Amino acid sequence: MSQSKKNLFSRELGGGQMWSKVIGRGKCLRMTDLEGGANVGMLLYNALEKTERYNMPDTLKGQKIFYLREPYCLHSDMGRILASIVEDGPGWHDTVCGTSLPSLVEEKYGKKDYQEAHNDWYRAGRELFLIELGKWGLGERDLVPNINWFSKIAPDEEGKLSYVPGHSTAGSSVTIRFELDSLVVLNTCQHPLDPNPRYEPKPVKLEVFEADPVTSYDPSRLVRPENERAFQNTEDYNLLRF
Amino acid sequence: MMSNLTESQLLPENAVYEHTIRAGDHWMRRIEKGQTFRILDLKGNQAADTLFYNAEDPDDRYSASDTIAAQGALYLTTGTRLMSTRGTELLKIVADTCGRHDTLGGACSRESNTMRYAHDKEHMHACRDSFLRGVQSWCHHMDKRDVTCNINFFMNVPVTPEGELDFADGISAPGRYVEMVASCPVIALISNCPQLNNPCNAYNPTPVQVLIWD
Ligand SMILES: [Zn+2]
Repeated sequence: MSQSKKNLFSRELGGGQMWSKVIGRGKCLRMTDLEGGANVGMLLYNALEKTERYNMPDTLKGQKIFYLREPYCLHSDMGRILASIVEDGPGWHDTVCGTSLPSLVEEKYGKKDYQEAHNDWYRAGRELFLIELGKWGLGERDLVPNINWFSKIAPDEEGKLSYVPGHSTAGSSVTIRFELDSLVVLNTCQHPLDPNPRYEPKPVKLEVFEADPVTSYDPSRLVRPENERAFQNTEDYNLLRF
Repeated sequence: MMSNLTESQLLPENAVYEHTIRAGDHWMRRIEKGQTFRILDLKGNQAADTLFYNAEDPDDRYSASDTIAAQGALYLTTGTRLMSTRGTELLKIVADTCGRHDTLGGACSRESNTMRYAHDKEHMHACRDSFLRGVQSWCHHMDKRDVTCNINFFMNVPVTPEGELDFADGISAPGRYVEMVASCPVIALISNCPQLNNPCNAYNPTPVQVLIWD
């Protein structure tokens, strides 16, 4: 995707860190895997009605796909689109495996607490999600299956899953365009199925810029008739509200 | 997938609880630790959309992604541990004469029906409305935030190695069942799916039966 618009925001986030912001409709968030092998766990909510949230099943069954890629969309549980994938280097992103639990992190990597390691302590995706959710009045009840940007999990015929190492390379990026004003909550912890025995979460760069207006021939709305209907639902919502 | 078939030794006449859930109805009940819980597909190819909560603290509830990640597999069958968002084992599947159950497809809703099928389907009864009535009637602390990703017992949602997903014809049949033992006290909430747009139940929703043994 060519980008002529200037950045509104730019930020590098180290591995094992967290971030949350409201990003308005009509803006794009670009995530760049700086070193290769990054994982960005992400949850999305309607910023004004936070009980409306990213819905993994509706996203998958609305688009008859098991993973995410351009030009597919991120559906909410209310028949609407939170965001569309408008640019995509890796071409496959997981959304079924969730995030790491503290017990998993301790079992896989051992324990490194703050007293011992200061800000290099070992942290779990679930804890970082809960901390950021807490700042917006949300909590455990709002934890749903998240997106794992840059991570590929391949299924076999019997439904067994395997992590594909080296899927995202240094400099790979993915850009999403927001269709609803959205609360974005993310962390850069390793994927729960990452077989790497070392705690080595990777850094990413985040950039926000203005999107071009969505046309009636936008690839994200034309890729599936379900998406066109969900875009209409989203436009109705925004029209009535704003 | 048929290698997963495991029959139960339990007899229906020894059950301590039995109830038939008609299509489109919801059913909610506490199940004690160690009790065995069976869902029976009476007429075949019916989807029993099911949520579980830790009865001691319903903020801790069934998690589709933690269940998938814990077993490294997409489908549920004998041996599957049903995990919560905190990593608690809620129940374990101990018998299954269907062979495969889905936890990717979620529950139908009036809103998602407008997206999936057509805008004029919005009036049709759907599972998430049943789930909402279930949690609203259970206690004052549960609401839409507690309606999360569920299990679809008896439903077949195959994924190909290329990552395509489909809603296939059911692999269940009259009399097939799935049985699980509660690893801690749980609350079960079933919406017996009224979906009339999906071929999985041949456009004919039918009753399911639940049984509990001590
Ligand atoms: Zn349903």
